[in-house]
Formats: sequence, structure tokens, C-alpha cells
Amino acid sequence: MVYRTNAMICTCTNCISNGALQVKDALEKEIKKQHLENDVRVVPTGASGLCVKGPILVVQPEGIFYQLLTVEAVPHLVEEHFLKGRPVKSLMYVPPGEEAPIPNIRDIPFFKNQRLIALRNRGLIDPDEIEEYIARDGYRALAKALTSMTPEKVIAEIKASGLRGRGGAGFPTGQKWEFCRASPETPKYIICNADEGDPGAFMDRSVLEADPHSVLEGMTIGAYAMGGTQGYMYVRAEYPLAIKRMKRAVEQARDYGLLGKDIFGTGFDFDLDVFQGAGAFVCGEETSLIASIEGQPPEPRMRPPFPAQSGLWGKPTNINNVETWANVPVIINWGAEWFSQIGTDTSKGTKVFSLAGNINNAGLVEVPMGITLRQIVYDIGGGIPNRKSFKAVQTGGPSGGFIPSDLLDLSVDYDRLQEAGAIMGSGGMIVVDEETCMVDMAKYFLEFTTSESCGRCNACREGLQAMYQILTNICAGQGKDDDIELLEELAPAVKDGSLCALGRTAPNPVLTTLRYFRDEYEAHIKEQRCPAGVCKALIAYSIDPEKCKGCMLCVKNCPQGAISGEKGQPQTIDQEKCIKCGACHEVCKFEAVTVR
Amino acid sequence: MPKLKPQDLDKIAEKVKRTMLLREGEGRVRVMVHMGTCGIAAGARAIMKALLDEIEANDVKDVLVTAASCAGLCSREPMMTIEAPDQPPVKYVDLTPDKVKEIFSRHIMGGEIVTAYALAQGSERML
Repeated sequence: MVYRTNAMICTCTNCISNGALQVKDALEKEIKKQHLENDVRVVPTGASGLCVKGPILVVQPEGIFYQLLTVEAVPHLVEEHFLKGRPVKSLMYVPPGEEAPIPNIRDIPFFKNQRLIALRNRGLIDPDEIEEYIARDGYRALAKALTSMTPEKVIAEIKASGLRGRGGAGFPTGQKWEFCRASPETPKYIICNADEGDPGAFMDRSVLEADPHSVLEGMTIGAYAMGGTQGYMYVRAEYPLAIKRMKRAVEQARDYGLLGKDIFGTGFDFDLDVFQGAGAFVCGEETSLIASIEGQPPEPRMRPPFPAQSGLWGKPTNINNVETWANVPVIINWGAEWFSQIGTDTSKGTKVFSLAGNINNAGLVEVPMGITLRQIVYDIGGGIPNRKSFKAVQTGGPSGGFIPSDLLDLSVDYDRLQEAGAIMGSGGMIVVDEETCMVDMAKYFLEFTTSESCGRCNACREGLQAMYQILTNICAGQGKDDDIELLEELAPAVKDGSLCALGRTAPNPVLTTLRYFRDEYEAHIKEQRCPAGVCKALIAYSIDPEKCKGCMLCVKNCPQGAISGEKGQPQTIDQEKCIKCGACHEVCKFEAVTVR
Repeated sequence: MPKLKPQDLDKIAEKVKRTMLLREGEGRVRVMVHMGTCGIAAGARAIMKALLDEIEANDVKDVLVTAASCAGLCSREPMMTIEAPDQPPVKYVDLTPDKVKEIFSRHIMGGEIVTAYALAQGSERML
């Protein structure tokens, strides 16, 4: 069957929640109605990347990118584009602040500036069809490794590539594999950590949803290199679509003999089970994850022994993150030398980030290491919405830190980020604008880690609670003069007294905000003032009589009836009634409502 | 299902690659069938079908087919434009499925412009 057009509709969780499946049904119905079912094929894909604009449709071979589709828009689109060949401008992407749409996906800066390795198949294959993965060089790396490379050669190749763990800490992957291979005990277990728990992070979910076989192939190559016989895909239960697609991928791979006994007829055996995560943030920590698979409560344990010596059920175990595994087949296919040319001296390859927060093009991006934060935020992310200015970017989730605007030209690699007090982390990137209070943000992350602390270590359980309480007091206008010193004393105590990386990094959001935004803490404590106008106890709204035109829009929107005045005259706010919701500030067209 | 051998990967890839090549957006020859209201009324659907049938029958993988809007010469529809490398685009007019078959083998496959059916060489200048 030859088609002239492939209509690639993104069916990732984001797009589905915006109605992508209904749009897909409408597309298929309308294509039939126009008798185009033999010309146009609708292909479901995963993770097109520009999540904030979903549902998304890319029409190939022209490469026309359509966004924010609705069921109602479909009949017009099908008739105009698929039947008459006239792309529909009103459904195309328009860059922030501009008017002319960009028709072709290859010309949109968001896509143009990315480099795809882990996400190489995103939007190009149907994740439910193993044949489409195979057609894009899938399972060739596994065949190459099994038929022409010794396990030692595979490890040497991964080592030479400079690949480092994409889960957060950035440990060299090849070295980790070598430790596991050197352990004499058997059997050995190979685990994929897909327990992505950072707020605002969805990189791993997107890889699993868009290209599950790339992870399976990477794990099978790893198993061959380390001598593993059984694998576990540990996916958090909150990712039902990723679990469904992965289970289907495992079945297809088994049917083709790409998992199971005697893979490719080479005598190599490896099988894999999908395991649903237990729901706690700490399950993403490797020793807790192992405990969770064993049926124990997810709590970290002392290291050494490392999992490479004694992991799951006391046997040698290797755990890598989703993105790390997805990189492996490409390195084997294209070679370590090619891979190591991408990136910086100490950080090779690319990194996937989920861009979230106050940014125009929120979504999923993959960029070469060494790119600057400015390029990510402005060139790819399209800058800050609503004409506000950039304040900071948070990398690494609750374990990471905030990077201020004067470090925007920082190059993104493991070591530069660490020097700045943040971490690469698994790739969450939250952008905040000038109207964000940094004390409040630090409090938000501490609230998260406090409630997710497993409670095993005193320092993490009690120390974070104490830090959270101090931040709550500061935001409520009850900060004391020595609070900053106390926070700085508690932070290293929590770091030193915690067994796992989650506890050891939990104070980072506080430490980096103290380092770069200390004046904001001081304003809260000494001047009883929240400079960003966020902390309700410290702000008051008022109306500037010079600017107010008396349009009364604020009066209509005030839920408390706290604003009064004559039409056409300046309005006033009754401070007794005001609950500081900010509705008047949001709706005022003349910037007459000020926050102090 | 039989277990795969390494060489089977090529066979599977070969089978599905043709539909997927479209997604790369690259081809040796690009054919636009003009499918405005005028074109469709004059039989552009049959032209499109004939073209796709030829591509399938000849197992061709490097020809991209797209629908395009009215070319402005409604009285000579159905029309198609062929863009081949190192050649200016050629517009064919008054097409029938049989003419498409001939143009397919002589022009698309053979690189020879079928002057009997061609209107002119070149496309309008944009801007």
C-alpha cells in the first residue's frame, strides 16, 4: 500500500490529555469521508516535544506542523490540506511576538536548534509497531554487538564514548558496567530506572511513550556486556500509557526472539519484566528501587556494597536511567568516536530536558551538551511570556538548584552546573520570571522533599522539616534575624547525615537561593517585604490614581467586593476586605494596580 | 512467529521503509497533483490514484507525491507539476490516467520531459 501523505499525530500523555485521541478519530473519519483513506495514512507517534501546543499533527512529506488542534478544526483541515493541497495557516505555529506563521517543522526554531539522539525516533515512528523501529535501524546495534563484538569490546566502546548516567549524578556508564561485569556472582540483574519523580520532569516518560524499543535494545546490549540474564523495567505507576506501550514492546520483542532464549540465534539469553513503581519519590533512588522490587519498603541502604557487587536479592545488579539506555544502541551503531565528538570535554552527547514554568515553548527538548542556558531558554524555549523578564532557571528538580540571570551564558554540562550549585539531574528545567519569590520557591521544594522523605535517616526526616518551618516563617513575615545562619547550619547537617542522594541534595534549592538571592531573604526578614510580590503576609495591593481610568474591570473581578469608586474615577481597595488574591492586578489593562 | 536472524532485520526494514520514507521529507522527484476544486472536478482524484498505482507497481521509493492547490489554469485541469533534480519544474496539462502512466515511465523514471503533454517549463516566480 502506497500512501502519498503520512499524518503524524502525537499521542503522548500531554497531547492525549488535550484531546489528541478525539482529534485522531475525527481525522480518520474525515479522511474516509473525503475518500482519501488510500492516499493519507494517520500514524500515532509519541513526544513531538512542543507539548504546550498540543494536540500536534505533522504532515509529511511536506513537514507542515499544526498545533492546538480541535475536533472542530479537522473537517476544514482535511478538505483544504489533504484534498486540495492548501496548508491551513490558522493552525500553524506562530513564534512569540510575531505574526507570520512558520509552516515547516524544520524551520521552527524550537525544533531546528535541537539535536536528537535519545529521541531520534520521536514523531517518526508508531511506538506500537516494532517493524517501524526496525526500519529506522532498530535492533541493528544488538545484532552487531552479539555477532561481532565481545562483551569486553562493548564495554570498551561505551567507556570510550564518554557516556555518563542521565539519571542525575552523571557517573560514567562504561565504568559502572565494568564493575558489574567483574562481579563473580550469578545471576546478574539489569534494571532500567523509569521512576521519574521530580516535579515538572517528563523526559523519561516521553522516551518510553515515543520509542520503547530503544530502551529495550539498550538494556539487552547492556545485559550482553555485563553477563545479565534477567531485566526489570521499573516504571512508576503514574505512567499508565508508558507502561502499556512498554509491555506491548516487550511482547513484540519476545515474538521476534529479540528477548528470551537464544537471541538472534547466538545462544545469548535475556528476558525482561515490566515492574510498576510503588509510588514514592524515594523509589527512584537505586537501593530503594531494589528494595521495592524485592517487596520491601522502599528505603535506601548503606553503600558499599554497591549494587554492582550486591544488589537485587544480593546479586550483582546494574541500574541505569531510561535516557542512558536509549543512548546505548546509537553508540554501538555509530561508534564511540562519533558520539564523543558531540558535547564538551567532560560531558559527551546530548541531554533531554523538560522545559516548564514561565516559558513560551514549554515542552521536551534534546540539546547537545555545552549549549548555554540562554540558548535553551530563548532560542528554543522562545523566552518568557507576557513581556516579563527572566529571573532564574531551576535544574535538577528537588535535588538541584536555581541559576540566576547573570549565569545565563553558563554552558550546560555536568561539571559547570555543579560548580554553580545546581546539578544536571535527570533533566527537569523550570524557568521562573520576575514575579516569582525565591524564598517561596525554596519553600515549595522543601515541602516536596519533606513530605517525600522516607524517614529512614534522622537528618533528612527532622532536618528538612526544621528548614521547611523556618522558610514558612520567613514567608509569613515571622522571620528572625538568625534564620539565614540557621538554614546555613542545617543544610550541611542534612547533607552529611543522609544515606542516599535524595537527602544529600535536598538542601540544594535553599542553598542556591541563599547564594544568588540572599537579598530577597533579607528583605523578607529585615524589611518585612516580599520583593516579587508573592508572599501574602508581606504584600498589599493598591491602585495608582494617576494610572487608573476607572474602567471598573477590577471591581467586577474582585471576589471580595473590596474595590469601590465612581465610574471614570480612580478606584480604591479596602485593605480590611482584601484577601490579596491578585485578581485586580491580573486584569488591569493600565498597570494601575501595584503590589508592595 | 519465527525467531529473527540478524539478516532478517534488513528484510523487515525494506518492507516498511517505503511508507516511512515520506516522513524524512526527502525524495529524488517531487510530484504535485493540483487538487483545487477545478482539478478535482476535472478528475484529479483519478490522476492521483493512477500515480500512486504506478509507484506501487514499480516499487519506487524516492518519489514524493503531494496534493497542491489550483495552479491557476483551470481550463487545462487535471494538472500536475514534476520537480526533478537539475531540471526546472514541468507542468503537465489535460491529464488522463494513461498519460500519467506514460509520464511516469518517461519523465519520472527516465528523466525525459514528455513535451506532447507539457504546458511549459518553470514555475511562477514567488515574491
